[in-house]
Amino acid sequence: MSDEKRAKKKLSRRKFLVRGGLGTLGVLAVGTYLFRNPIRRSLADFANTVETPYLGDTKTPSIWFEVLNDNSVILYSPKVEMGQGTFTGLAQIAADELEIDIDQIKVVNSPSISGNMDDFGTGGSTSISSLWQPLRELAATTREMIKNEAAKKLGVEVATLSVANGIISSDGKTMSYAEVVDGVKEWKVPKTPALREIKSYKFVGKPIPRVDLKAKVFGEHIFGMDASMPDMLFGAVVRPSEIGAIFEDADIAEAEKMPGVIKVVKEKDFVGVVANSRMEAENAKHAIKTTWKTDKVWQTKDIEDMIKVGQGTPITIQKEGNAKSILEDDQDKITAEYHSPLGAHAQLEPNGAVAYVEEDKATVMISTQVVKITRDEIAKRIGVSKDKVNVIPTFLGGGFGRRLHTPNGIQAAVLSKAVGKPVKCFLDRKEEFQHDTFRPPTHHVLKAKLRENGMIEAIEHNVSSGDVAFGSPLLPGIAPALMGADLGAWRGGMINYSAIPNYRAVSWRVKLPFATSWWRSLGLLANTFAIESFMDELAEKAGKDPVQYRLDQIGDDERGFRLKEVIKAAAEKAGYKDKAENGRAMGFACSVDVNTPCAQVVEVSIENEKIKVHKVTCAMDPGLVVNPDQVRAQCEGAIIMGMSASMYERMYVEDGQLRPIIYGPYRMALMRHAPKEIDVVLLQNSETPGGVGEPPLGPIGAAVANAVYRLTGQRLRSMPLEAS
Amino acid sequence: MKISFHINNQPQTITIEDQNTPLLWVVRDLLDLKGTKFGCGKAACGACTLHVEGQAVRSCSFPVHLVEGKKVTTIEGLGTPEDPHPVQQAWIEEIVPQCGYCQPGFMMATAALLEEIPNPTDDDIDNNIINVCRCATYYRMRKAIHRAASIKNDSTTNSVNS
Repeated sequence: MSDEKRAKKKLSRRKFLVRGGLGTLGVLAVGTYLFRNPIRRSLADFANTVETPYLGDTKTPSIWFEVLNDNSVILYSPKVEMGQGTFTGLAQIAADELEIDIDQIKVVNSPSISGNMDDFGTGGSTSISSLWQPLRELAATTREMIKNEAAKKLGVEVATLSVANGIISSDGKTMSYAEVVDGVKEWKVPKTPALREIKSYKFVGKPIPRVDLKAKVFGEHIFGMDASMPDMLFGAVVRPSEIGAIFEDADIAEAEKMPGVIKVVKEKDFVGVVANSRMEAENAKHAIKTTWKTDKVWQTKDIEDMIKVGQGTPITIQKEGNAKSILEDDQDKITAEYHSPLGAHAQLEPNGAVAYVEEDKATVMISTQVVKITRDEIAKRIGVSKDKVNVIPTFLGGGFGRRLHTPNGIQAAVLSKAVGKPVKCFLDRKEEFQHDTFRPPTHHVLKAKLRENGMIEAIEHNVSSGDVAFGSPLLPGIAPALMGADLGAWRGGMINYSAIPNYRAVSWRVKLPFATSWWRSLGLLANTFAIESFMDELAEKAGKDPVQYRLDQIGDDERGFRLKEVIKAAAEKAGYKDKAENGRAMGFACSVDVNTPCAQVVEVSIENEKIKVHKVTCAMDPGLVVNPDQVRAQCEGAIIMGMSASMYERMYVEDGQLRPIIYGPYRMALMRHAPKEIDVVLLQNSETPGGVGEPPLGPIGAAVANAVYRLTGQRLRSMPLEAS
Repeated sequence: MKISFHINNQPQTITIEDQNTPLLWVVRDLLDLKGTKFGCGKAACGACTLHVEGQAVRSCSFPVHLVEGKKVTTIEGLGTPEDPHPVQQAWIEEIVPQCGYCQPGFMMATAALLEEIPNPTDDDIDNNIINVCRCATYYRMRKAIHRAASIKNDSTTNSVNS
């Protein structure tokens, strides 16, 4: 076998999936142990600690990189940019292995037709962590391919070549990457070269400005909402205001006669209109008389009654020792209950798409976090094969999990097919609020027994939540049966204090009458609010300093070590004090999410009967940091978004409708609520990059509640947190 | 009907059926200036903020006929990469945007604020910059607004001195 063949064979066996992940859950779970709790617990533990792998191509450089005539390189990203800075991180990683300057690389979204897609989509704080290894290998391989061709063209040995800024030199002769690739018809993919030493990287680890900064500061047309196609028409879809309403019929006679209307499209499950302009489409939409079937007029109380620990089927997701029996027997156990409300994504860019369905193909421009699922759903609905549907992802005007469901893509495609022209179709804001895939409300029951020295003998967390992962197209339909508990709902719900001898966490599933699903950090915010508020309550009962109390009950394994380090760093940097001073008090909380530990100290006062957050100190250890500035930006944003969700936001149900339907009444953090000081400390106690986008959302709610208690003596156990 | 106005210093005449069409849709769909964003359609979020005669206006709720004979500026007319407005310069230096969707509205609101209050205090900022940013970039925006004020004041001083 020739070297080349051997290299090719090796290449085809090269995989990055060795660490396992969601894709392997089915394999692990199938068998006679299917419904046994220990297996489900090990699955839960696995899902809690495993790094989500990259589930796309990792061996075809040609679908990742393109060298242009000006000696710049395009990186076709299978991960979308929704503000999290992924394009910048990927540019840094690729530029270092390609040995080009950061200004020579341009990151663009990979259209589905290119084949460079990730089955998983973009989410879960995984974009940088999952691509760290494969992207470096792809970039290094690409660099070697170019060098091999350069050696041929220059008539020298590869070993004599040196590379800098995309220019190859040997013995006084130079050639740019662009000159090398010019005219090359066939590329040989060599075996993966050795990667460069991390400390030799020029861009990884540096606070490189965002690569999309100029586009976003000068108002370039980069979002799904900005997309357009020649001869484009405008569509609008009628959506019900009532929860659970099923489309029955529509009287379209009047709408059909409205000015500018091209066609009113009645489908089995919805009715929409296509018109010459947005206004004409909107006006006609309101002239359609639609009848809906609803079984029940829902109220907030109905929802609250459903979300209760003790209702439905409990699944034990974590168990160490005998917490259950100890706490059942203990008459003096400490218990507390916590609640979190229904929350909206409220991302600024509404969902929509521009679609053009032709005879046997379709093109769809859309803000989506799941390019492949969006493509497959559209292909199925309009009856075109998947490889003829080109989904072109755009920049996202906010993601936060909202764009992991994209029926809006289907609707635009159906309308386009009906008129044979491109159609642009977006939700309005009321529809965004009423047809969101909400963060579910939760109810938590915490129980604990303390030893005489105040340390925790046993602790238990029960969480009742609406679905998060279950029902999502991201998870196979069999997942609920296999896993029992919704891994999104219980995210952050496990006990991290592993030095406690007896601990247990139990998840109770509730199916609500409207869609609840992924919302940045999933259950982390609510679960951490409950557990970390309770930890402060226990510390007080034990008469201990809440920070030391936590440190003393965390195990000495690697996970425990990294958590303790961020706790110490946050407390030290903030100068944490366990007492109120000058009308201000501090609160502490910590969490571990996607293996990234994070600890926060907040400083609050009460002004005009409202909680005012002055300063947040955040220590986080995401492992190797690719871009410290953007990791800080994620912390700053996550802290204020977490404050918003913990202190202001709440959806409710009134006479069958989800409300509010507009910003303002849906109260969110604004400029005046943002802390004047946010101090971020980054630790790097891991050699590879971990998740960043969601972990810093964990502690904030509990930290604020703990600070308010210290200041006022009032224990707030329900979000949104309001001082009274 | 015909409506004539200046947009980003260029004269413009449009023909439109419904004179109450929000200025936002004229700017975005008719004039293809898509830097101005749709967020809520009810003047509640500020993503659509642009300037009419230098005043910050939420264009989603501003009937187009009201701009007859007036000067409209959008983010595309605020500055260019070669000649950025102080607000844009500050936004770049502080690396403010995350998803970026709401940012033109914030920058337009800030540019108008600095014309009214050249050195805004934190309270001035809190009271006047009331747009919504879901990525919650407020912390860097506040720093950028202060920085923009200082860039702008420096350039004004220099031009007075020279």
